[in-house]
Amino acid sequence: MRDPHSPSSRVAEAARGLVDDWAADRRVFDVPWDKAMMWLFILSDVFIFACFLVGYMALRIAATDPWPDASEVFALSLGGEPIPLLLIAIMTFVLISSSGTMALAVKFAHEGKRRLTAWLLWLTALLGLVFLGMQVFEWAKLIEDGVRPWGNPWGAAQFGASFFLITGFHGTHVTFGVLFIVIMAVKVMRGSLADRRPGFLTGRRGRYAMVESLGLYWHFVDLVWVFIFAFFYLW
Amino acid sequence: MSEPGQGAHPPLRAYLWVWLALFILSVFSYWVDYAGLEGYLKWFLITAFMLLKAGLIMAVFMHLAWERPSIVVAVLLPPGALLFLAALMALESHYTLLSRLRFFFS
Repeated sequence: MRDPHSPSSRVAEAARGLVDDWAADRRVFDVPWDKAMMWLFILSDVFIFACFLVGYMALRIAATDPWPDASEVFALSLGGEPIPLLLIAIMTFVLISSSGTMALAVKFAHEGKRRLTAWLLWLTALLGLVFLGMQVFEWAKLIEDGVRPWGNPWGAAQFGASFFLITGFHGTHVTFGVLFIVIMAVKVMRGSLADRRPGFLTGRRGRYAMVESLGLYWHFVDLVWVFIFAFFYLW
Repeated sequence: MSEPGQGAHPPLRAYLWVWLALFILSVFSYWVDYAGLEGYLKWFLITAFMLLKAGLIMAVFMHLAWERPSIVVAVLLPPGALLFLAALMALESHYTLLSRLRFFFS
C-alpha cells in the first residue's frame, strides 16, 4: 500500500483538493471571504510593484551611464567612518520585527486574548512609524545631496526616478498599514471584536479574523521591502 | 464540502524560529554587500537569500503552508507569470542598451 505521508501522496492529495475546489458547483475558495479578498487585493498589488521593479530593471540595464553605487549613496557616517547601507539595514530590522509582532498579534487574536493582541498591534504600528521616519530621513538626505527624478551627482539620471517611485509607493503602503493597524488596535482594546459590534466604516460586525486579514496586508508590505532591499539596495 | 475553516494554527515557537531565521538571512544579505562580492556569486546569493526570506514570510507568517491548495495556487501562479515578463524585459533592455551604444556613440 502506498505510504500516505510520502511527498507524492501529498502532492496527489493537494491536486485532488485543487480539482475538487475548482470543480465544485459553488464558490471555489472555501475560506472566510475577507481572507480570500485580501489575498486577491495583495495579488493585484504584487502586480503593481512588479511593474515598478521590472521597469526599474529595464531602466537600469538600458542606461548607458553607470548606475550610482548604492553602498556609497546610502552610507551613513558613524564616528567619521562611512558605514554602507547602515540605515537600510536598520530599516529592514525594524520591518521584520514589525512582521513578527503582527504575526503574534494574529495568533493571540485567534485565541481571544484581547489585551495581548492590542499591545502587539500598537507595537507593530510603532515599528511601522519608526520605519517611515527613517525613510523620510533618507529621502531628505538624498534630496539635500542633489538627487532628483531627472538627475543626481553620481551616475545615471534614471536613478532618482526609480528610487523615489518605488520607495514612495512602498512608504505610502506602510502609512496606510499603520493607519489601519491603529484603528484595529483601538477596536480590539474597546472590545468591538470580542463583542462583535458593527464597525464605523462598513457597518460589518467585528470578528477577530479581521486581525488576520490585516496581518496579511502588513506581511505583504514587509515582503515588498524584502524585494526592494535585494533589488535596489544590494544588487 | 467542509465549512469555511481557519485550518491548523502553528505553535508559538514556529513564529519565533521563523523570526530568528529572517534576521539571520538579513544579516547574510547585508554581509554579501559588505564583503564586496562581485559578479554571479553576488547576484546568486542576493537572490537566494531574498527568496528564502520571502518564502518563510509567505509560508509561516502569511499562513500559506496551512491554507488549502486552491488559495496557494491562486496566489503563487500569477506572480510566476511575472518572472516571464521580467525575462522578456531583460532581453529587450539589453537590446535597447546595445542600440544606444551603437547609434548614439560614435
